[in-house]
Amino acid sequence: MAKITLSNLRHSYLPNPSGPADYALKEIDLDWQDGGAYALLGPSGCGKSTLLNIISGLLVPSEGRILFDDRDVTDLPPDQRNIAQVFQFPVIYDTMTVRENLAFPLRNRGVDEARIAARVSEIAAMLEVEEMLDTRASHLSPDNKQKISMGRGLVRDDVNVVMFDEPLTVIDPHLKWKLRSKLKELHQRVKATMIYVTHDQTEALTFADQVVVMQEGEVVQIGTPVELFERPQHTFVGHFIGSPGMNVLPAEEHGGGARFEGRHVALEGAVVGQGGTTQIGVRPEFVSLADAGLPARVRKVSDVGRHAVVEAMVGDTPVKAIVEGELPEQGAEVHLAFRPSHTRLYRDGWLSTEKEGSAAQ
Amino acid sequence: MKTENQRAWFFVLPVLLLVAFNALVPIMTVVNYSVQETFGNNVFFWQGLDWFEQILRSDRFQAALGRQFLFTFLILIIEIPLGIIIALSMPKKGMWVPVCLVLMALPMLIPWNVVGAMWNIFTLPKIGLLGYFMNDVLGISYDMTQNPFAAWVTIIVMDVWHWTSLVVLLSYAGLVSIPDAYYQAAKIDGASPWKVFRYIQLPKMKTVLTIAILLRFMDSFNIYTEPFVLTGGGPGNSTTLLSIDLVKIALGQFDLGPAAAMSLIYFAITLLVSWLFYTLMTKDDAK
Repeated sequence: MAKITLSNLRHSYLPNPSGPADYALKEIDLDWQDGGAYALLGPSGCGKSTLLNIISGLLVPSEGRILFDDRDVTDLPPDQRNIAQVFQFPVIYDTMTVRENLAFPLRNRGVDEARIAARVSEIAAMLEVEEMLDTRASHLSPDNKQKISMGRGLVRDDVNVVMFDEPLTVIDPHLKWKLRSKLKELHQRVKATMIYVTHDQTEALTFADQVVVMQEGEVVQIGTPVELFERPQHTFVGHFIGSPGMNVLPAEEHGGGARFEGRHVALEGAVVGQGGTTQIGVRPEFVSLADAGLPARVRKVSDVGRHAVVEAMVGDTPVKAIVEGELPEQGAEVHLAFRPSHTRLYRDGWLSTEKEGSAAQ
Repeated sequence: MKTENQRAWFFVLPVLLLVAFNALVPIMTVVNYSVQETFGNNVFFWQGLDWFEQILRSDRFQAALGRQFLFTFLILIIEIPLGIIIALSMPKKGMWVPVCLVLMALPMLIPWNVVGAMWNIFTLPKIGLLGYFMNDVLGISYDMTQNPFAAWVTIIVMDVWHWTSLVVLLSYAGLVSIPDAYYQAAKIDGASPWKVFRYIQLPKMKTVLTIAILLRFMDSFNIYTEPFVLTGGGPGNSTTLLSIDLVKIALGQFDLGPAAAMSLIYFAITLLVSWLFYTLMTKDDAK
């Protein structure tokens, strides 16, 4: 178990990077607390797997250091870092039984057989795979294979961190949920630091205590799932998290509030900074149909079960609202109201309004 | 509703005729010869299984069969490990990949009789480069036309030169299909290079290796052209492999009956050993 510090980390896959565009990772400074459950969330190609491989030692960063409990491990190979990694596709040793698979990392490190047997049965019980211990691993279903790859990571009691690289990609939807709660349970039992890489917000938000959102090689926001949802620091976070994502609407500053499509919109708090391109961000959850407000015309109504997503045109800008109960007709003239406490101004993508009072959150 | 009629036969019939024409009829002809004796003029006498008995009991057949097994055993035990080692040391990506692949494929593109002729000229004492080098530069007596041991070394080296590439290319195809994650996981699990080979690379190459071993077994067991061109089965009978012997009996002595019986035995052995190989190598997959 250890605290992991990434300091001034940069990485480029090119031998001679010239501009920021050549870097897959730009300036990462992060602390992962001992025993935390983290998710690394971002779209494909944002650098999250690169970051993961740097932590595990499969990649050496172009610049910067990685510290495990203040010990510099930047130049150590993976097997000396005491980390475990679970990959996108289950990696199992086909010719071995499940038991041999689980024992493999321990045998390679010369642990004595009695200790191995004890650890293997402990982990097998935790993963609920005891009855398949003597089956050939190649005969297992994908979700059990993935469990075994997890088990190989957890079997060592000296692991500093267990990393998951989109581990549920090949798992059937109905088993995904089961494995995910298994993971959460495992985290509570083994208390190891866990980092979970995914592009699926549901996986990230249900697994992690802290979510690190990445975009184009940069960390955009670190926060609890609630923080990410309630107060996105960047329009990207607002848009990426949520279903549908936050409405990001072109607007100008206007007397302590904002002006959108010629109408005044109230914001959560005072505006800070100046200049740049400004937008307002408001989640569809906080947009409602009202008697007065922004006039709009309903363009599309999609019923998603529990509620409906209404897309309405305010002038030339589409705005999404989540509506429960009675639904408007397509083409109907409606009025939209934004809840001021959740309407924020973004300047060049970054949040630039102050938090509403101390009562909020 | 399912309509039942015999129309499907019309779809199968052309294939059946074709197979009958190019496989069944010729094989049955051989079977036919193998149980009869002829003195020409298209007069045949029923002989029963006499030819089979005579062949199986003959020293000549047993010696040729022994040589055949020895040859196949030696080339397999050299070509398979060598092919795997070469495949393992080939680059996985980059500009050298196509270069290596083309170099590897070259020997297989050369016609078999040309391979025999090349190696004949190459190894002849005095005029051949290798023959000259061994005898006159190194002073090692090497003459595959006189010395049975030298002849054996030459046909084996020639086969290794000609066919190891097949094992290399098949193994290489198996190797490059292994996802990087396996190597990364092994690194994290602290596996030694030997364990990576034993538990990742070898199991992943198993299917293609099975094919490689089967192909090399069948080809080498039926080999004719190259040793025939190189040594003609000599010196003496020392490199007379089964097929060379068979051709001697059938076309040299025109003993159609014994030759037919011998080819059926030959065929049965090839089939049996291939089946054994295949069953043994794939038996783990069943359970």
